[in-house]
Amino acid sequence: MDKQQVVMGVIGADVHAVGIRILDYAYTEAGFSVHNLGVMVSQEEFIQAAVETDAVCILVSSLYGHGELDCRGLRDKCREAGIGDILLYVGGNIVVGKQPFEEVEKRFLAMGFNRVFPPGSTPEEGIETLKKDLQISS
Amino acid sequence: MTHPVLLIDFGSTYTKITAVDTDSGTLLQTAQSFTTVETDIRDGLQNALQKADVTLEDFAAVYACSSAAGGLRMAVSGLMPDLTSKAARMAALGAGAKVVRSFSHELTQDDQEEIRAIAPDILLLCGGTDGGNRTCIEHNARVLADLDPAFPIIFAGNRSAKDTCRTILKDRNVYYCDNVLPALDTIRVEEVQQIIRAIFQKNIVRGKGLSQVNEILDRIAMPTPGAVHRALELLSGGTKNTKGWGELLGVDLGGATTDVYSMAAGDPQMANVTLKGLPEPFSKRTVEGDIGMRYSLLGVVEESGYERLAEISGLPSAQLPAMLASLDTEKAYLPSDTAFAALDAAVASEALRIAISRHTGRLEEFYTPMGRQYLQTGKDLRTVNTLIATGGALLHAKDLPAIVSRALYTESDPSLLLPETMEIWLDRNYILSAMGVLAEHDPDAALAILTKELVHVRNEQ
Repeated sequence: MDKQQVVMGVIGADVHAVGIRILDYAYTEAGFSVHNLGVMVSQEEFIQAAVETDAVCILVSSLYGHGELDCRGLRDKCREAGIGDILLYVGGNIVVGKQPFEEVEKRFLAMGFNRVFPPGSTPEEGIETLKKDLQISS
Repeated sequence: MTHPVLLIDFGSTYTKITAVDTDSGTLLQTAQSFTTVETDIRDGLQNALQKADVTLEDFAAVYACSSAAGGLRMAVSGLMPDLTSKAARMAALGAGAKVVRSFSHELTQDDQEEIRAIAPDILLLCGGTDGGNRTCIEHNARVLADLDPAFPIIFAGNRSAKDTCRTILKDRNVYYCDNVLPALDTIRVEEVQQIIRAIFQKNIVRGKGLSQVNEILDRIAMPTPGAVHRALELLSGGTKNTKGWGELLGVDLGGATTDVYSMAAGDPQMANVTLKGLPEPFSKRTVEGDIGMRYSLLGVVEESGYERLAEISGLPSAQLPAMLASLDTEKAYLPSDTAFAALDAAVASEALRIAISRHTGRLEEFYTPMGRQYLQTGKDLRTVNTLIATGGALLHAKDLPAIVSRALYTESDPSLLLPETMEIWLDRNYILSAMGVLAEHDPDAALAILTKELVHVRNEQ
């Protein structure tokens, strides 16, 4: 069976290049086929890549505080592109300043994300969650 | 000792012959006559041979390329317009094909009808990265499975869909090769291009009224634009024995289309530039079907506008519509008076600017919380400073550096990554396609002849 495909990248005008490479490495090691779009990725790029690769999950990284604005509307665009059911994960420093994570999580879940990861989450947490969501036994 | 070789280019209008001596690496002579594909293609060839006062028996070897009877007409199909469709298009263009139609997503019944009507010489079927989407290409294979004209299909899509497609397309003539876009950051055009060339040699020549020539020469090796491409690759990369010229641009300004070739990596030149979009092959060809000197004259006018053409030509803009209309009706017109010559030069200049600009990459500037950042799509050609020019309008141009000057990088549009300077080398004797064909057999001789025959056009100022 083919490996499960995932698309990842740093959204918006964010150029934090290191974390995404660590995630790329970790998810590849965990058995996923990773399509790392790098930094400054637009919503359209995520979606085009996900359609072409038949990805099971889009992992959105954001570290510069503007993630909320950048992520708005992503789920609707996925629906338009025929991949409305795809898993959407987001993590990093996704909002401005220090806000209670529960509230942040709520807002991103309302935007259509399936999983929201607070600052300091390890790659392994994401991988375990993804395997659970995909019902892959590890 | 001499080893005379004859190269023939069965063009859409002219059949050109180029006689060379490969032992000394010299051009012996060239001649041309009208292509006679409607009657017997051998007639045009005979006329050209007579002009040069030679016969085929005078040569140790005869090789040919062809763009007669519409050239190599291909349709391509992919999934996303900017991903596999674009990769498929790049692969076909790079092989010297004319991409008559490019499809994205699942083919509809209307598309099926359209393909039937187009009856392409080859259809390139792509879609999905390896392990990626397979529903699209499998659907498209079903649409193609019982389509009437039995044109060959090249499968170069998601490898996971290959077996299913093999079953769906079992009654068709299909060539299977590696995915043109195995991953989003990897484009693989070489194998597809080899197969396109093999099909061209085997099938297409026969279907184009060219079979008569098969009796008199070994085979027609490739489509003419493919031969020009090969010549430029040779010139850029060199041979085992001789160093090439390095990165360069080529432009073929014709009556109906303008072809632009770049042999250049085009990588970002600064640290804060992020490369976006599909990776582009080092050796890339684009074709502008709406940009040309006669048949596509109005395409140039549409994009450029009367005001700009008036400014470049120095003619009053009120005169231009009538003059351009007469050029549009008189396809074979060669400018004899100064006003028309000035207009022709202005059109050539704009055609080059438009075609080279479309081929070239762009840089977008963003102000981010981390300072100024840039996104680059396509190739940065600013440091590429060699231009190989071919095509009638450029061959006869009076002031080529002035014509080329509008296709250079300018501060007024810093986002367009055009070359900053260009040294122009003119294909005075129209030998590029011939040398591309020769390169397959004797690359050293072809490179030596190119180096001798390309003329350096210096700026007059």
